[in-house]
Amino acid sequence: MGLEAKLTQDGFITTTIDSVIAWARKSSVWPMPMGISCCAIEMIAAADPKYDIARFGSEVMRFTPRQCDLMIVAGTVTYKMAQVVRRIYDQMPDPKWVIAMGACTSSGGMYRSYNVVQGIDQFLPVDVYTAGCPPRPENLLNALMTIQEKIGKTKARDYQNRSLKELELSQI
Amino acid sequence: MNLKELITDKVKKKFGAALEEVSDFRDDLCLTIKNDQIVQLAKFLKEDPELEFVMLKDVTAIDWATRKKRFTAVYHVYSFKLNYTLRIKANIDDDPPVIESVTPVWRSADWYERETWDMYGIKFINHPDLRRMYMPEGFEHHPLRKDFPVLGIPGSLPLPHKAE
Repeated sequence: MGLEAKLTQDGFITTTIDSVIAWARKSSVWPMPMGISCCAIEMIAAADPKYDIARFGSEVMRFTPRQCDLMIVAGTVTYKMAQVVRRIYDQMPDPKWVIAMGACTSSGGMYRSYNVVQGIDQFLPVDVYTAGCPPRPENLLNALMTIQEKIGKTKARDYQNRSLKELELSQI
Repeated sequence: MNLKELITDKVKKKFGAALEEVSDFRDDLCLTIKNDQIVQLAKFLKEDPELEFVMLKDVTAIDWATRKKRFTAVYHVYSFKLNYTLRIKANIDDDPPVIESVTPVWRSADWYERETWDMYGIKFINHPDLRRMYMPEGFEHHPLRKDFPVLGIPGSLPLPHKAE
């Protein structure tokens, strides 16, 4: 980033709290790996040394929703599983984002069937849809970069004083 | 003596007219039995010392949609002694489709019959625990029936309301 070069010259930088917080947020997006089917394999591949999701600060896959900012829904969501996905999403602290990874999550994909939810945006607010069946790891990284761009534009107070209404409505 | 002839002869001798059809399609022997005789046939096939069909491999069904006897229950049984898989069928009337459970004979029929009940709505009498297998409890339809739409019936499966 050239930050270290700048710091050795002047010893300080000026910026705004908003941009520092946004920078910190977007550089350490901790994913919740909601691996439900084959897309999960590509999601795992994105974390391996070849594709290395750590380059974007997102290598910390947490298996508890309490420590995550980003839910990567990787796989076919059935009506039965939808309740579980939503419950886990509800347990994630704000601010949080969602990637719909692959055709199944985005639109039901090839499962045009009674048991598969035809797009998780029916019950989750999706930020980025990823095409592919399954998408290659590069595609997932691209989605992550898109999310980072989105987070970079947020202001710290965007997520303050959120009303509790949402929580009351949720089914927990 | 040919294996298929052995099985067919024995069953024919025991069940007579209750054996509705014997077919041999692509080297698979299939016996169609009157549906009220299914448990007796199961017991016979399992306990006969020359046959010993001790293993039930699968229970499923067919929905013929337009036939008078709308459903057919299908069983696949296996004998280690003969190293042979036999298919048994039983035609079932619609409204309501009912057949006796073979769980007293083969314990493994338990989940197979639950699945068949879930998907086709065939009631198995004397089944120890006839709950749905895949679909949620409270779902009112049977998805593998021919009159069930592929995309399901809107609103029949609950979704969480959309989060903001």
